[in-house]
Amino acid sequence: MQAEGTVLLLHAAGLHARPAVTLTKTAKTFRAKVQVAADPAGPWIDAKSVVRVMGMKTPARTLLHLRAEGDDAQAAVDALVRLVNDDFQGGPE
Amino acid sequence: MSNGNTNVGIVIVSHSPDVARGAADMVRQMVGGGIPLAWTGGNPDGGLGTSVEGILQAIDAAWSEAGVAILVDLGGAETNSEMAIEMLPEPRRGRVVICDAPVVEGAVMAATEAWGGSDLQTVRRTAEELGERPE
Repeated sequence: MQAEGTVLLLHAAGLHARPAVTLTKTAKTFRAKVQVAADPAGPWIDAKSVVRVMGMKTPARTLLHLRAEGDDAQAAVDALVRLVNDDFQGGPE
Repeated sequence: MSNGNTNVGIVIVSHSPDVARGAADMVRQMVGGGIPLAWTGGNPDGGLGTSVEGILQAIDAAWSEAGVAILVDLGGAETNSEMAIEMLPEPRRGRVVICDAPVVEGAVMAATEAWGGSDLQTVRRTAEELGERPE
């Protein structure tokens, strides 16, 4: 099963340390392979790798592209879209 | 001793207790409480330094059956950590590693990886990946 989504990153500081950790932790709660990109042409980054997500250095007002593959792919994309829309509040403890 | 957590534990070792405590605070605030975490730093007189005994206590406090990853700052922190590992009883000795990574950044990265349930080698690799530049 595959799923895709996009969400506008509005967090003022962009995808810096704390949001990157929260995004990674959320991705890790799903079995699906989850990837994120600032450009649909790539590079596509493993959303479960905190080092790589932080390394994207994504600024605010970037349209984030998400894609997932696995039995809970849709739930993973939905959760990540919600997380970014909620300004990274409400991630896993 | 067991804290009931099956995730890899993280130990922060710095010459400065303020640095060690501050790095641990960052881990707690950024990654949360889902991982065993302990820090040690300073010598018994309150000055800068590290001690084998303090490191052993921190390993014990952060112990997990999945193992413990140690982040260190400078020279003595690493050699004392190696000595502490050598002094551990055999079943534990093979399950403690020192990460070749910056202490603060490495602790946050390692803790995030450990939070998701990754094994000890993956946790270490994630911390050490920091120094590399993925394209």
